[in-house]
Amino acid sequence: MITIKDLKANVETDDAKDGETSIEILKGLSLDIPEGEVHAIMGPNGSGKSTLSYVLAGREDYEVTGGSVKLDGEDLLELDPEERAAAGLFLAFQYPVEIPGVNMSTFLKTSINAIRKQRGEDELDALALLKLMKAKCAELGIKDDMMKRAVNVGFSGGEKKRNEVLQMAMLEPKFCVLDETDSGLDIDALKVVADGVNALRDPKRSFLIITHYQRLLDYIKPDVVHILANGQIIKSGGPELALELEKKGYAEFVGEAA
Amino acid sequence: MSEIQQETIDQVEALAGKYEAGFVTDIETEKAPKGLSEDIVRFISAKKNEPEWMLEKRLKAYRQWLEMPEPEWAKLDIEPIDYQDSYYYAAPKDLADGPKTIDDVDPALLETYEKLGIPLREQEILAGVQERTPVAVDAVFDSVSVATTFKEKLREAGVIFCSISEAIQEHPELVKKYMGSVVPPGDNKHACLNSAVFTDGSFVYIPEGVRCPMELSTYFRINELNTGQFERTLIIADKGSYVSYLEGCTAPMRDENQLHAAIVELIALDDAEIKYSTVQNWYPGDFETGKGGIYNFVTKRGICEGRNSKISWTQVETGSAITWKYPSCILKGDNSQGEFYSVAITNGRQQADTGTKMIHIGKNTKSRIISKGISAGKSNNTYRGQVKINAGAEGARNFTVCDSLLIGDQCGAHTVPYIESKNKSASLEHEATTSKIGEDQLFYCMQRGLSEEEAIALIVNGFAREVMQELPMEFAVEAQKLVGISLEGSVG
Repeated sequence: MITIKDLKANVETDDAKDGETSIEILKGLSLDIPEGEVHAIMGPNGSGKSTLSYVLAGREDYEVTGGSVKLDGEDLLELDPEERAAAGLFLAFQYPVEIPGVNMSTFLKTSINAIRKQRGEDELDALALLKLMKAKCAELGIKDDMMKRAVNVGFSGGEKKRNEVLQMAMLEPKFCVLDETDSGLDIDALKVVADGVNALRDPKRSFLIITHYQRLLDYIKPDVVHILANGQIIKSGGPELALELEKKGYAEFVGEAA
Repeated sequence: MSEIQQETIDQVEALAGKYEAGFVTDIETEKAPKGLSEDIVRFISAKKNEPEWMLEKRLKAYRQWLEMPEPEWAKLDIEPIDYQDSYYYAAPKDLADGPKTIDDVDPALLETYEKLGIPLREQEILAGVQERTPVAVDAVFDSVSVATTFKEKLREAGVIFCSISEAIQEHPELVKKYMGSVVPPGDNKHACLNSAVFTDGSFVYIPEGVRCPMELSTYFRINELNTGQFERTLIIADKGSYVSYLEGCTAPMRDENQLHAAIVELIALDDAEIKYSTVQNWYPGDFETGKGGIYNFVTKRGICEGRNSKISWTQVETGSAITWKYPSCILKGDNSQGEFYSVAITNGRQQADTGTKMIHIGKNTKSRIISKGISAGKSNNTYRGQVKINAGAEGARNFTVCDSLLIGDQCGAHTVPYIESKNKSASLEHEATTSKIGEDQLFYCMQRGLSEEEAIALIVNGFAREVMQELPMEFAVEAQKLVGISLEGSVG
């Protein structure tokens, strides 16, 4: 499904040191997630977790200097962000962005049809979309009236994250990256979001879950856990690795690698 | 520079001919000699078979115009205008002798309007819009009205909808009484020029107690090279009547600047309401160099003459090299209301200085101003608005919101409010914000499959929503698309 090989990336920075305008964050990261598997990446602050999600999604200001990323054999790094979305990559944002004046139903309609258009499929009409929205909202326990509100404007932390899961459900991606989806959520909201993600687990769909804490992994059981430190995967293992990490802290593992 | 930005630049270059209304209609035209003089004024008046009183009005305005200075207070950089280098009258040849039936109109003209999405044959209009009420159209091509649709149906309701030339012939009492009553010739130099050389435009009269049975609209098209368009619109809503009026405009792409100096006058008597909407898409000039494009110098003003009357202006301004335009309301009748909803988009090298004036004279008069300015490219966009409360305007209220959105870092947005109150009981509110379109917003939309340009169109339409939703349905969808088109190439 997704194969990342020796990925190196710089991020542009404003505080230039010695004339450098960018610093290297990912320093040869390799990762392979087979179809249908859920992998978790855990790492301390500054280890490159969010950079990884942005690089995968193709954000500006992140410059790939080496390595490759392939989704079902297709070179993602060659594609624009919207083409990556059409190829089946979905990023659930750590901080979902507000778009004033654009209601959720318009946003979802524009998004789905933009992706369908890129794939050479017919656009969905308003009625078909409405039906789909209603069905997905019901599945995820989201009230319909959220569809009339402007995208993320005035949403609580929990609503924002549920909205990300709703979009994921509507767009039916092949590969989902969840960037610290647990941040800012209380335990109830966390459960709701985890249930949503679990409902989307599918033998044809892979997940990469980026998180600080083991807590989220109590609800979304990963197949493999990776530890990211200093821009590289330093250790991989089963779900028990997350528990071990929780007990010992990052310092021990980071030390181990160094 | 990143790949995305480079790609956007490439797209812009590929879109060099993207102004979709930029084609020229090849049609035989009758023109007045180039330049402006008393003879030209007489020529225009004679062409239209006007009565002596109209010619006198024109000549008086022309003499006054010679003495008047150019208005220079706007934040606009305008090359001096050579008034002698322009044609003041151009008419498709077969229409030069006045309006005929639609069957006599040159097919090339009908095709032009069809291409612009405005069919002029009533049966075609009806065939195309079975599910909704059709819109009656007055189509003005260069200096003359080509056709006015649904006249008969409107006449049954007592509504007069015709070209202004026809109104001068058929309804001189109304024209004499109201033309120039809201915008006198001496108001400003551009209005004065129009008063001397106006060639056509629309006339509407809604009789007492009548709710106009359909939307009325005028579609202005400048076709000829070096030709100015000077149209006049006069709308009178008698007591207790209602009318919604739409105006659209386009022009071919030309390297020379063309002058459009129009006057719109609205008169609302007791309990009457006029809703006036504009989608302005004149050719904006070359994206990179700013060469060519329309100088849009328009004086639009309405008077709420009667008690409880209401005038509402909605404008979506996307085109023109230069926009100088302040649709205003004189709130004379007690309890009368004025509204101004505006979206002004500038891109490339465009300049806009636009806003409104709300003059409160009557008691308990209310005004509401919602202005959304969007600047992109190397453009400059200014909101200029005046709210004036006269001494007798007990309990007057105004609410103003002016929001500016910047795309990129080479454009400018300016807000210039003038507020003057001579009555202590008045209440005035003014809110203003300036924001930049965020990288975060763009990336979020793109991650959901939208291209950068689609993302900008979506975000800007959201920003302008309060105004867009004021547009009649027939225009709203078009206007939303236009927002997207006019912002193409705005990043990079």
